[in-house]
Amino acid sequence: MTATLERGLNALREQIDAPVAAFFSSCVSCGICAEACIFYRETHDPKFTPIRKLDLMRRLWRNEYTLFGRLANMVGLGRRITDDDLSAWEELVYDSCTMCGRCTMACPVGNDITMMIRKMREGMSAAGHGPVELIGAAQRHSDGSSPMGDLRKALRARVKHASQETGIDIEFDKQGADYLAIFSAQEIAEFPDVIAAMARIFKKAGVTWTVSEDAYEATNVGVQIGNRDIARLLVGRIVDTAEKLGVKGVISPECGHAYQALRWEGPNLIGRPYTFEVVHIIELLDRLRAQGKLKTTGKDTTRLTFHDPCQINRRGGIDREPRNLLNMVADDFIETDDAGTMNWCCSGGGGVGPNERANAVQSKAFNMKKRQFEKVAPDKIVTMCAFCHHTLEAQLDDNNMDIEVQGLTELMAEYLDDETWERGPER
Amino acid sequence: MNNPYFDLLMWARGPAFNIALFIFVAGIALRVVEIVALGRKRDLAPAKGNPVAQGLKTIFTRSVPRKGLVAYAPITYIGGYIFHMGFFVAFFLFGPHIAFIDGLIGVSWPNLSRVIIESAVALSVLALFALLYARMADPVRRALTTFDDCLVWLLSLLPMVTGYVAVNKLFGDPTLMLALHILSVELLMIAFPFTKLMHAVTFVMARYYNGAIQGRKGAQS
Ligand code: SF4
Ligand code: SF4
Repeated sequence: MTATLERGLNALREQIDAPVAAFFSSCVSCGICAEACIFYRETHDPKFTPIRKLDLMRRLWRNEYTLFGRLANMVGLGRRITDDDLSAWEELVYDSCTMCGRCTMACPVGNDITMMIRKMREGMSAAGHGPVELIGAAQRHSDGSSPMGDLRKALRARVKHASQETGIDIEFDKQGADYLAIFSAQEIAEFPDVIAAMARIFKKAGVTWTVSEDAYEATNVGVQIGNRDIARLLVGRIVDTAEKLGVKGVISPECGHAYQALRWEGPNLIGRPYTFEVVHIIELLDRLRAQGKLKTTGKDTTRLTFHDPCQINRRGGIDREPRNLLNMVADDFIETDDAGTMNWCCSGGGGVGPNERANAVQSKAFNMKKRQFEKVAPDKIVTMCAFCHHTLEAQLDDNNMDIEVQGLTELMAEYLDDETWERGPER
Repeated sequence: MNNPYFDLLMWARGPAFNIALFIFVAGIALRVVEIVALGRKRDLAPAKGNPVAQGLKTIFTRSVPRKGLVAYAPITYIGGYIFHMGFFVAFFLFGPHIAFIDGLIGVSWPNLSRVIIESAVALSVLALFALLYARMADPVRRALTTFDDCLVWLLSLLPMVTGYVAVNKLFGDPTLMLALHILSVELLMIAFPFTKLMHAVTFVMARYYNGAIQGRKGAQS
């Protein structure tokens, strides 16, 4: 057995706990998880059945963590996992799973299949199996400051531009601000208008915030590829900076897996609770709304629909908040089928988007969203994850569908009750 | 007294049952310990919802299919419900079974009429065949099916068929049929801890964990 394979299996062994054992013990091979999975539903290929993506993990569990399995193993009956097995499973564990969490909601015995796929990826990546794009991004982010390389200059420029546009000063490394705002690389590169939107909303609401070059990147390729060491390193940068600045909270941006990484995995990665709170930007905006600090005027009269990012709604528990906000500003808001907790993935999450090998199956998977959008025929799709935003734009474009996509924070800022803005920026 | 099968029946009701019961109980205990002993790391992220309450709730709520999915797996869902309900009705609400349990642990409850029990058994058996058909005909289920699944299917079928034959004296010697019925149940008990039959116990844990993990985040389950 090679050293890397053994390392991978050891990483996988570390992931096996009571829930995993309960899940494997409970599976009745009913196949219902397949019906919940976008990749099976759009391809009808049985290999994409969610629980099959975990066959190797199940084999390891049976061989080593059950009495019968151990006995069989002793007499040489247990089938070992080989490096070829891991190679073969890459397609299932990475290319055809966005870790969307639908299978977890559907399994009648209650198996959290998605959580197990997240765990499976730890073993895969430790054994050197992972999409090259994610490995590259992990390298860039670990060595530098973002998976897209060094975006510090770009960040400075974007923040400066937002300041000029709004006339609001956005300070870097401001000690004792209420919040440290971090961004997804996608926002800095593609959707920088969110910075001005936040500046205007927070100014009105009396919220102080800051940005830092030491920790501006919210995405965490460590949780996507399944590498706890990298995930810990990246979360650690944010934690160190937030604690150094003494902020009350860190605003997790419009990015699905970043919220998952920072809010839910982070404290477990660094082994202690934070000294600050983590709040998703939309959670914060909804909180400000409830406190009467976020007021809007006018309504968007175009036909709007909303795309729930899996990691923020289904896996993150933020369901009502965006709808509370949308109802303030949308005149013609229509939900797609399955909207909310059982929404379908944009097709690009969980590391599938950047993974070129997955392009073909991803575009098939997008057909689900395509049909849903065709049914409600919106003028605009609003979402709260920059990567969903990016994926939707790209896939809509590939499908010749002319629908605008917008981040919810930006939409809220557009209708902000803000006299100074109507008169033009402060000078 | 001259019935040649009487000894077999006595053996099935006596020593064989005791052995089966021991394996059943000790096996389940072993399997549960095997699972729980693996432990679970304490979650350090501050909870948004109540994990324990949602875990407990999910044990029950997960019995209801997720909206929109029944249409995609109708045989699996409907067959699954009918089989489980029929099996439980026949197992727990048939007079002779209740009397047997009463003799064993001194607890009893009202029974249902034979017509209802027999209808439940008939529906259950039909459901099992429908489920087998879905398993064989549908590529997803066929690919998932293992020897374990087939064994469990057979072990679930046998007690119902032998019980029905014995009660209605359809064919064979009634004493022999009753002995076979009891033996088939014992087979089920012995296999229980070591096959997928175990899901009848561990689903409670699985649903609890699922609900607790989601509930902690304030997410639905
Ligand atoms: S998490 Fe989503 S994409 Fe992955 S297997 Fe489950 S349903 Fe399919
Ligand atoms: S839905 Fe659950 S029980 Fe059914 S095959 Fe999938 S994991 Fe197993």
